[in-house]
Amino acid sequence: MWLYLVRRLFLAVAIVVLAVTLLFVMIHAVPGDPAAIILGPRATPELKAALHAKMGLDDPLPVQILTFFADVVRGDMGTDVFTQRPVSRIVLGQLPFTITLILTSIAWAALVAIPLGCYSAIRRNTMIDKVTGVLSVGTIAIPSFVMALYALLIFAVLLKWLPAIGAGQGGLWDAIRHLILPALAVGIGWVGYISRIVRASMLEILGENHVRMARAFGLPERRIVFRYALPLAILPTVTVLGVGMAHLLSAAVFAEVVFARPGIGGLIVTAVNTRNYPIVMGTVLVTTGLFVISTTIADLVNAMLDPRVRESL
Amino acid sequence: MTTAETVHDTGESEGVRGPGALRQYWQQLRQDHLGMLGLLLVVLMVGSAILADVVAPYEATKVMVGPRLAPPSWDHWLGTDHLGRDVLSRVIMGGRVALMVAMAALGAALSLGLLLGLIAGFGPQWLDNGMLLIFDAVRAFPVIIFALAVVTLLGPSLSTVIFVVAVTSIPIYARVVRTQTQSLKNNEFILAERAMGAGTPRILGVHILPNVIGPLLILASMDVPLVITLEAGLSFLGMGVRPPTPSWGTILNDGYNYIRNSPWPVVAGGIPIILTTLGFTFLGEALRDIFDPKLRKDL
Amino acid sequence: MTQGDAALLDVNRLSLDFGSPRGRVHALRDVTVSVPKGRIVGVVGESGCGKSTLAFAIIRLLAGNAEVTGGEIVFEGQNLLDLNARQMRALRGQRMSMIFQDPMTALNPIRTIEQQMVDIQYRAPGGQAGKRRHAAEALDRVGIPDPESRLQAYPHQFSGGMRQRICIAMALLVEPALLLADEPTTALDATLEVQIIDLLKDLQRDIGCSVLFVSHHLGTVAELCDDVVVMYAGEVVERGSVRDIFNNPGHPYTQALLQCDPGRIRERTRHLPTIPGNVPNLLGMPRGCIFKDRCPHVFDRCRHERPAHHAIATDGHTASCHLLDQTAEAPA
Repeated sequence: MWLYLVRRLFLAVAIVVLAVTLLFVMIHAVPGDPAAIILGPRATPELKAALHAKMGLDDPLPVQILTFFADVVRGDMGTDVFTQRPVSRIVLGQLPFTITLILTSIAWAALVAIPLGCYSAIRRNTMIDKVTGVLSVGTIAIPSFVMALYALLIFAVLLKWLPAIGAGQGGLWDAIRHLILPALAVGIGWVGYISRIVRASMLEILGENHVRMARAFGLPERRIVFRYALPLAILPTVTVLGVGMAHLLSAAVFAEVVFARPGIGGLIVTAVNTRNYPIVMGTVLVTTGLFVISTTIADLVNAMLDPRVRESL
Repeated sequence: MTTAETVHDTGESEGVRGPGALRQYWQQLRQDHLGMLGLLLVVLMVGSAILADVVAPYEATKVMVGPRLAPPSWDHWLGTDHLGRDVLSRVIMGGRVALMVAMAALGAALSLGLLLGLIAGFGPQWLDNGMLLIFDAVRAFPVIIFALAVVTLLGPSLSTVIFVVAVTSIPIYARVVRTQTQSLKNNEFILAERAMGAGTPRILGVHILPNVIGPLLILASMDVPLVITLEAGLSFLGMGVRPPTPSWGTILNDGYNYIRNSPWPVVAGGIPIILTTLGFTFLGEALRDIFDPKLRKDL
Repeated sequence: MTQGDAALLDVNRLSLDFGSPRGRVHALRDVTVSVPKGRIVGVVGESGCGKSTLAFAIIRLLAGNAEVTGGEIVFEGQNLLDLNARQMRALRGQRMSMIFQDPMTALNPIRTIEQQMVDIQYRAPGGQAGKRRHAAEALDRVGIPDPESRLQAYPHQFSGGMRQRICIAMALLVEPALLLADEPTTALDATLEVQIIDLLKDLQRDIGCSVLFVSHHLGTVAELCDDVVVMYAGEVVERGSVRDIFNNPGHPYTQALLQCDPGRIRERTRHLPTIPGNVPNLLGMPRGCIFKDRCPHVFDRCRHERPAHHAIATDGHTASCHLLDQTAEAPA
């Protein structure tokens, strides 16, 4: 268990270091002065020199990277080029919106998809199974930002059922109303994806020897499905959800832009457009961290569900 | 009728190659309704992209060929955008852009992925481990965040999109190639070849490549939707294809800004994306089922 | 195996097809097997001869593409093929139970042994504690040390031999009238095999149940069984008592099978004998004798006419071969 956590931590650090180093190297590989890129047309020699000094751009590359990580460890991710506010505070201020969106999306998707996949597997080759199959391929294939745009168009612009923009300010109910459409857009592809995985692993498990054995003892089919097969069939889904954090974040970025919702996505898009380089760096760092955390949680949940995994940790 | 009978006859001996096998695959594909639908959509999309100049009723970048933000009419089947450009013509030309990006990016990713995968599969253990770590780190990264970071550095352009797509897809192909190579490397017939003095290039060229290339191509065809989505997504965010070049993403972006005035550009920009991704997905799944049922069932 | 014995299970002329994309596979053809009360009947044959299919057909747990095309399976006076799913389920784990070939996959990996052993007693009266005690006793009986604490363990914490013991404990916990054992020792190594066979023998004697024991291993069958049914390519080619089959095999296939058993080879030899040729493709209905392509004594009649079962010397010993018709002149 502890060995596992240590290994996990090591991997996490490796991924984060790798990602940030890659970014640093790329900044250097790009022709031109990063300060000039950041400052854009506003660049004057004095401004550039000041920025160089502040960002330590004159130091050799390894020193820059080390300095960056040393700062990060102390909780300092640099300051916003324009407002001079600490990046960590800006990013962490936006993070709850994104996490709320992602968790809501994945929760409703899983709640719909697991029963759907399970039902499709048990009632294989019925009309419902076939329709679910085609629909899930469809929802997986359709990009989430197109979903978001169509959801916005239909439910907010044409039908005016739900608000189009923002995260709401008028308490919980308002926040929920603002959450529905983005969560719909982000989650719908996952309904298809998860139901497919659950169906496939359920089918595999229902054909396995131990299920046949349970049947040979005349156990009720309901008990076989819910106690013997389903807990096993969910295992791959948990792993996929952990790894899927990266995809979810991508979808969340688009949903936040389309619905003008606060969050990491909106933040990074604005930062990219204004070349607000420290913010981009900070967002990259935080999202990578999110990914590592989510895969770890997935592993731990798997260990909770599966005694074999528990022992290998 | 006669073709069906001959196919049935050759069906007795398994693993037949050549034209008979091709015909059999075609027969199998025809059984798969979704696969055929996918093929139809793909042919339509590719055809209109190639013949874009002939098919498009107007010049895609020409402004004020009609009134602004007009709904669909006989003159403009999909209406016009905020600059009075014909949306149908832009959609058709946008398809050409999407296809070009997909081909360039997947071509680069395929060849580099193949190369890196062979190196990882054939190279020493430490190199394999190191490369796997890098592959996993790249894959672990949310594509869009990576893309945005790259755009910050390189600026928005078509080549940035191609670069991003290539870099993020390389690990997928490289991993497949690596795994296949490693399992083949210790295969008996390859060990036998080695014993008979065959060098690494011969083994790679004659035995490993042909075995690896098939699954790789199927994977690539299934990845076309991802690439098209990414291109459209980045262009939608204003970080991909630069205006006035038409792209499905920029059409959506233009439409998004005027969504309260006219929904038509958003509807028109989304549908080709949906149809194309569906087409390639259905076709890719059908091809995978026919050629390599074990390949990446879950993803 | 005389007619006078009250049979617990009578499989009469059972025929069964599997639907496959390439056509119908006639997996069982006119299979007749009788299992008397309290006796152990072995079913032997090469892999793919339909012996496992027969066991699964009896407990009706075959894949969805299986279809019975004829015959009946009479168990305790009722034809199992007439029962609906609920009636059939009522028999499973009550009147009949089964041991599977591969103990490594037969137990659910994420439920404890206790949960699984208590689960199968769900119809029995009494509380959780009683069922738990029952389970521990059953484990003790099959020789699992420290059963009380081992109940908490998961299947992967046991070795293959131990898992098969658990499976046997479960199968006999419900005290069935009929135990179906589908190659229960094939996945185990030889020393374990002997232990498991001895265990089965003891338990069968204690409980007094009947056993249908499927195996491709002649030695095991000779060790354990009272009667033997020899199957080849979906047909029963010979049946009789263990003594008859092993001392006086009537069918050329049984003779060949015995010659190939390493345990029975007397002379020193440099190569193990094999039966030339392969089991025929069961897609089409073959004409004549099913064994004609591999039989050393094949003659004209075998190619045209399907042989009937002919009685051999002892009562109840029959084989389906034209040769026996000539020598014994027995009525078909």
